Amino acid sequence: MPAFPQAANASTRNTHLRANLRHATHTIRAKRATAVAELDDWSRLRAAGAAIKDRTLRHLDQYLEQLESAVTAAGGQIHWAADADEANRIVTELVRATGEREVVKVKSMATQEIGLNGALATAGITAYETDLAELIVQLGDDLPSHILVPAIHRNRGEIRDIFTEKMSQWGRPAPDGLTDAPADLAEAARLHLREKFLNAKVGISGANFMVAETGTLVVVESEGNGRMCLTLPETLISVVGIEKVVPTFQDLEVFLQLLPRSSTAERMNPYTSTWTGTTDADGPRAFHLVLLDNGRTDTLADTVGRQALRCIRCSACLNVCPVYERAGGHAYGSAYPGPIGAILTPQLRGTQSELDASLPYASSLCGACYEVCPVAIDIPEILVHLRERVVEGGPASVRGTRTVIKPAKGHAAERAAMRAARWALDHPRLLRTGQRLASRTRRFHPRRLPGPGRAWSDTRELPKVPEESFRDWWQRTRGGSGTGSGTEGRKDTT
Amino acid sequence: MRVALFITCVNDTLYPRTGQAVVTLLERLGVEVGFPEAQSCCGQPQFNTGYRHETEPLMRRYATAFRDYEYVVTPSGSCAAMVRDNYPRMGAKAAAEGRGQELANVAAEAVPKTYELTEFLTDVLKVTDVGAYYPHTVTYHPTCHGLRMLKLGDRPRSLLAAVKGLNLVELPGAEECCGFGGTFAVKNAAVSAAMGADKARNITATGAEAVCTLDNSCQLHIGGTLARQGSTVRPVHLAEILASTEGDVW
Ligand code: SF4
Repeated sequence: MPAFPQAANASTRNTHLRANLRHATHTIRAKRATAVAELDDWSRLRAAGAAIKDRTLRHLDQYLEQLESAVTAAGGQIHWAADADEANRIVTELVRATGEREVVKVKSMATQEIGLNGALATAGITAYETDLAELIVQLGDDLPSHILVPAIHRNRGEIRDIFTEKMSQWGRPAPDGLTDAPADLAEAARLHLREKFLNAKVGISGANFMVAETGTLVVVESEGNGRMCLTLPETLISVVGIEKVVPTFQDLEVFLQLLPRSSTAERMNPYTSTWTGTTDADGPRAFHLVLLDNGRTDTLADTVGRQALRCIRCSACLNVCPVYERAGGHAYGSAYPGPIGAILTPQLRGTQSELDASLPYASSLCGACYEVCPVAIDIPEILVHLRERVVEGGPASVRGTRTVIKPAKGHAAERAAMRAARWALDHPRLLRTGQRLASRTRRFHPRRLPGPGRAWSDTRELPKVPEESFRDWWQRTRGGSGTGSGTEGRKDTT
Repeated sequence: MRVALFITCVNDTLYPRTGQAVVTLLERLGVEVGFPEAQSCCGQPQFNTGYRHETEPLMRRYATAFRDYEYVVTPSGSCAAMVRDNYPRMGAKAAAEGRGQELANVAAEAVPKTYELTEFLTDVLKVTDVGAYYPHTVTYHPTCHGLRMLKLGDRPRSLLAAVKGLNLVELPGAEECCGFGGTFAVKNAAVSAAMGADKARNITATGAEAVCTLDNSCQLHIGGTLARQGSTVRPVHLAEILASTEGDVW
């Protein structure tokens, strides 16, 4: 995977992609603002959401144990997975044990995070995505590019072409003469998916929330396809990150208000499905819950970075992010794109790879993401915190052990420049000398800069260095007057 | 009232006119202005790029340089936000690292006296009509840190609205980041340029003669992009508009 700037460089040139993204994100962000403005207690709701999540995270071990007891008592089975490999192995074994070679899936970020579909394919098991947008991504042999709308980068015409070309390879073909009218596309998907639902013996899901006191899992969705996956198969396997637990059923009251308004700008989401263990003669006979760590405990150990575990995956931060809008979701190289991806991925995976070390820099720190986040995650704060980890290293938890990590490679020149700049700035006399030199040589300044500065001068004019700095102007016009030129400056020796 | 100017490193080196405008404006309003020469940069470029330990000496310098003053006024939303939001964070982190309270105390000294220019005018001096005259069509780009970190709200607009002769036109997508972001402009040059290009096009489309900002660093990026696009709209800092009078046009 290329580092973020290289990947983004390619997508900024794709005007078609940028137009699709711009249209989609601007539409939803305007709707969201209206939906949120309807509630006069939004800010208190937001604070409540953040507080519940924080409290849960502080006692995560207790709530997970409570969840385990409740799920087991309700007839489900718990499996603990420390990392992606372990989770994939567990799920593969569970599917194998049923003797099935096909499973249906409701959209799940956790299974994308661990690459479950690939792992199942290696074991000869085919996973069918049933969320409409996930289906488009899967048929198009593509990757999701948005948390909520994985196929946001595709327009209707492209979707029609994908359906026409690919549906037959996976099951029921697209109807003849399929148009790109939304109703026709939806009908084609419905017919294709119905066959899958009716034949499936195993369903795989994620969950938006898990309730510790009752052992209940919750999925919210707009299409109802997820509910089909949750209720029709004989075996249901849910793969869920450990941070998705909330203490009580009543806590859902807060999140089921925050989530739909933030994500789809709806007052209430169309389908809220809850399931608790197994029930005789109704729904799946067997229920397995795979609890996924995969870097979450390490994230929890970081007092600044752990805020990211509050995330309820609403995607509001993506929809307002000017960087996401230009770079597109694929540039983030993980299941989690946009601002949340920029802080979550380097915490879950570490900052060793070039891509992961570049993600905390994929932001201008404009703060729009923090402003919309329904659980008040201070994304800019975490970005800067992770930048520090990249360039200075420092203490971190890696696979459950406290260590001191080294700075990422490739920052030596930058570090030297930062140190030199700081040194000059900490010696104002020297700074003044530099300013005077710059203004005296202003005639010779190039219009294009060499080295890293080229990136600037390729698309922007360089400013002209003025003849006189503010400092010199002040000295010349006010210097002798004593109005505050102060003794500090005179004491300064460089 | 002892008021010091904090003329940021970008103001000082590239946009001295902005600093001069602040001096002119404040002196016209009867404020005695000082400029402690021991001041330097707030450390934002270092801090935001991840070099917290390189930032600490600059934070100490800031607090020391302005020790004798009751108020520190700066014509930069992002530098004011750096002091107000990030100095306390740095203090807390140093304490958490077992390095004692020294840096937290430095932050506590610097934070309450630091004001962005428009805050100082409207909240401390309690003026919105500063007696300015600027007979031009202007559009306004609210800078991200002023908008979201300092929560300046309609302070800048109310100041602009009171300027005689000024015709304020709305900027579509005004609240979107211009794409500067300090080292972001170099590290993610393509995205930064794309954001800047969209911003510049929106600005040009308003038909304004000038685009007003609260931060020279945004001005650097927006101005550079406008110039490369061949636009005639000129970027101008709010201080320069407010410093202009009928007798003294900036
Ligand atoms: S970080 Fe906040 S805004 Fe972004 S997806 Fe998560 S909850 Fe939503």
